[in-house]
Formats: sequence, structure tokens, C-alpha cells
Amino acid sequence: MKLDELIQSSGEWLRGEGPEADIVISTRIRLARNLSQFPFLTRADEAARVEIERILSGQIARLASRKSLNYFDVTSLQRLDRQFLVERQLISRELSEGQGPRGVGFSTAENVSLMVNEEDHLRIQVLRSGLALESCWQEINQIDDLLEEQVCFAFNEQLGYLTACPTNCGTGIRVSVMLHLPALVQTKEIQKVFQALHKIGLAVRGLYGEGSQAMGDFYQISNQTTLGKSEEQLIKNLKDVIPNIIGYERRCRTALVKENRQGLHDQVSRAYGILKSAQTITSEETMQHLSSLRMGINLGLIEDLPIPTVNELFIFTQPAHLQKLRHSSLDSGERNVARASYLRERLAPQN
Amino acid sequence: MKCQTCPSPATLHITEIVKGVAAEHHFCDECAQQYLSQAEAKGNDLPPGVAADEEGESKLKELDQLACPNCGITFKEFRKQGRLGCPHDYVAFQEELLPLLESIHGETQHFGKVPKRTPDDSRKQYRLIKLRGELKVAIAEESYEQAAKLRDEIQQLEQETQTAPAEEETE
Ligand SMILES: [Zn+2]
Ligand SMILES: [Zn+2]
Repeated sequence: MKLDELIQSSGEWLRGEGPEADIVISTRIRLARNLSQFPFLTRADEAARVEIERILSGQIARLASRKSLNYFDVTSLQRLDRQFLVERQLISRELSEGQGPRGVGFSTAENVSLMVNEEDHLRIQVLRSGLALESCWQEINQIDDLLEEQVCFAFNEQLGYLTACPTNCGTGIRVSVMLHLPALVQTKEIQKVFQALHKIGLAVRGLYGEGSQAMGDFYQISNQTTLGKSEEQLIKNLKDVIPNIIGYERRCRTALVKENRQGLHDQVSRAYGILKSAQTITSEETMQHLSSLRMGINLGLIEDLPIPTVNELFIFTQPAHLQKLRHSSLDSGERNVARASYLRERLAPQN
Repeated sequence: MKCQTCPSPATLHITEIVKGVAAEHHFCDECAQQYLSQAEAKGNDLPPGVAADEEGESKLKELDQLACPNCGITFKEFRKQGRLGCPHDYVAFQEELLPLLESIHGETQHFGKVPKRTPDDSRKQYRLIKLRGELKVAIAEESYEQAAKLRDEIQQLEQETQTAPAEEETE
């Protein structure tokens, strides 16, 4: 598979299917693993990194028949291609901007990805549309089992899987659910949610992971600790709390409609209008209006646009996607024009 | 990841342990320097009870010098970058790491998945890390006889631990 073919399609996790998909965009689980016979990457010289990459890319090739994985050597990718994979959630920023031999294998459906030589030797990730904690865990656990038949991961009985950063040792798991919470943001109730989550040991992040600001009212909720609880317990913690947040968001939406249906309808329609007709638009403004639009569709205020299209637009209006679509490198002013033109095309009545 | 005080990307990850409580900091180079120099300045200004505790201070210095026999990382380096050097560090720095893990996770005992094929002898794995390091030195020093011996031993160990790379699949 060529990287450029990806622009013709989008990941399965954007389909807007699965339980609670109006609020839960996606579920993701990742596992951090290290080969026991090598130092962690901070202490691995070039030769060790080459060897780690050779072993793990060999393992990914072995898995490929079952999972239809494509492997890419990240060092040979252009900056734009790396950014493109970050926008698609297939690699992390750390892998994209890192140094030395490293790579990624991901499935054609884009719901499995294995990063080699990121912070740990291996980061496995499974991504699904909607709230799908169990099926993510089943699949990632199976991949981990398949790998463990062939390689030896660093593990000790007291501290579990050993990772470069002590914050990940034990299970090495991060379970996260990405939620679209526009009504909680608009009513400023979101702060209360953050505080409550923090108290029970869950972390909140923006759309593109650590350190990034929440864009388009998307929030990732994930476990903060990895040691001392089983994978199932950590998953259950999230599974117990997510319905409360979904319920809270729904109540806020209902209240917004009840208080001022006309005002809300107006806000959503204006957002739609701007996206359909703007001649130049920033990424930030796009995200903000797409978020309104997405909520409007879910509330039945907008009827001629399917959710998967909106989900896709969040990703396809990102800088690297636009440049791939236009087959050229664009500065930020040119991107704003290209973004507006792409939005007009996609939102034109025949689509 | 972004620097916690400015919009630049974070390049330094500092895990600080104050009274057994771990705090993680993420800084860009510039902010890290500033933070560290401030921390040092503060260090000279410790409350009398602490500053007078020379024994404690020398203990901390001793602790910082503590190095992993396999990968060579010192505890000080770990504290600076927040990343360990090799799996053996969890054993080599166990005494220091346990309170840190306790404050991060609230627990110090793994309770989850166990690999079906546990490293049958983890010492063998650590020995491999060490031998590879020695091999590098031997090559650098042009002691080829020693290097050849080390290579044989590494190969032998790799076979025993069955972690050699998968055979490339034929089409
Ligand atoms: Zn900074
Ligand atoms: Zn070490």
C-alpha cells in the first residue's frame, strides 16, 4: 500500500457507528512493551535501535497476514507524510518528531497500529468507532499474545511490564475514550466534569493527545495509573464513569434546546452556513463550527448531512491532509483558502 | 508534548521526588534550564532542619551517583530526564523507585496480565544487555579477539532465550 492512497479513504473509526456514537467518537487502547534484551531507547545506541527495529518490524511482517498490516519506515517519510499520519491518529507526535530508526505498522482499516522505537520499543494501539472498550481490549490482548509467542518482553513479577517511564509500568495500558462534549463546554459545566474525573484518577486531554488543547470540544478521558490494577479493572473504571458523562452531556443538550431552541437552531445553522460558503477559514474556526454542526445533526436540527461526513471533515481539514489533497505544500494563508474550498465541495447539496 | 510553561515542544521530562511524592515536569530546553537553576537556588535555601542534615545531603549525593551495572545510567540522570535506561534499573534502583511508584500509582505490586512465556531467566536478558555494551567497548578499543569471544557468547545466549528475530518470510 502506498501512503498516498490513504487520502482516498478514512479510518473505520470515523464511521460514526457503534454504541453512543453521537457522543463517543472513538475508543482506543494502547500497550507499552519493551524487548527484554535491549536497553530502553534513552540508552540504546544506533546499533541497538537498528536491531530493535529489525526484530519488531519482522514481527509485524509476521502478523501482517492476520491483520493486514502495512509497515512504514518513519525515517524515510517526508515531514508532511509524518504529520499526515499524526493527524490520522496512526502515529504519535513523539514518533513523528523523534530521531533514529523507527517505524509504524498499521492495518488497512486503520484500527490497529504498532509503533516501533517511540518512547518504548513497541506501542500497540487499537482504535474503534463508538464506545467499544471490550472489543478493543480483546483485539489488543490477542495481538500482544501473538507477539509474546515470539519475543520476550521486559517483565518482572512485582512491577509487571517494565517501561522507559515509571508512569507506564505494570500493565503498560492506556485506555482512552474520545468524547464530543459541546453542550458541557457551552454551559461551562465541563470544569466540574474535569474535577470529578481527576478525583477518581482519570486524565483528560484534547484531541491530539498529551499537552494539546482541546479542539472542537473533543476530550479524551483515560486512566492515569497503570500499576496495581488489572487491565480489566482499569477498563471497568472507565466503563463505569463514561455513561455518567454521556448522560450529563445529553441533559445539557436537552436543557439548551428547551431554554432556547430557536437560538440554538440559529447558532447551528449559521455554523453550517459559514462552512458551506466561506472563502477562507482557519483550522480553529472550522473545528468550532464543525462541532456546532455535529451537535445540530445529533439534535435533529440539521437533517441533510450524515455524521460520518462531519467526522471525516474534522480530520481532512487538518494542515497535512489539505496539502495531500492538493498535492502541494501550502503556507497557512493558502491552507485557509484550500480548506474553505474543500469544505464547500464536501458540503455542496449533491453530496 | 508541549512545554508546561511556554508553547515550545517539551524536550526534557523531569521527575522530581519531594518527600516521597513524585511530580512530573515537562519543559523545553530553555525553561528546563531556568527551572533547574531556580531549583538549585532553592536548594541552597533549604529550611535549617534540612540543610543542617548533612548526612541526608550526602546520602542524596550518594544516591545520585548510584548507577545501573547494565546500562550505566545514574539515578541522577534518571531524575533529570524522567526516563530509565534499561529494564534492570527497576532492580538496581528498586529502593528509590518504590516510593516513587507508590506515589504515582498508589500501588507497588503488579496485578494484571502475565506473559505466558515469562522471561525464563531475566538475568540472562540483563547479561545480554551488558555483553552488548562490552562488545561495543571491545570494538572501539580494537580488541578483536575479545570482541569475537563476546559475539559468540551473545549468539549463544540469544539462542537460549529464543529472542532472535523472526525468519524472514518467503513469498
Ligand atoms: Zn518552555
Ligand atoms: Zn540500566
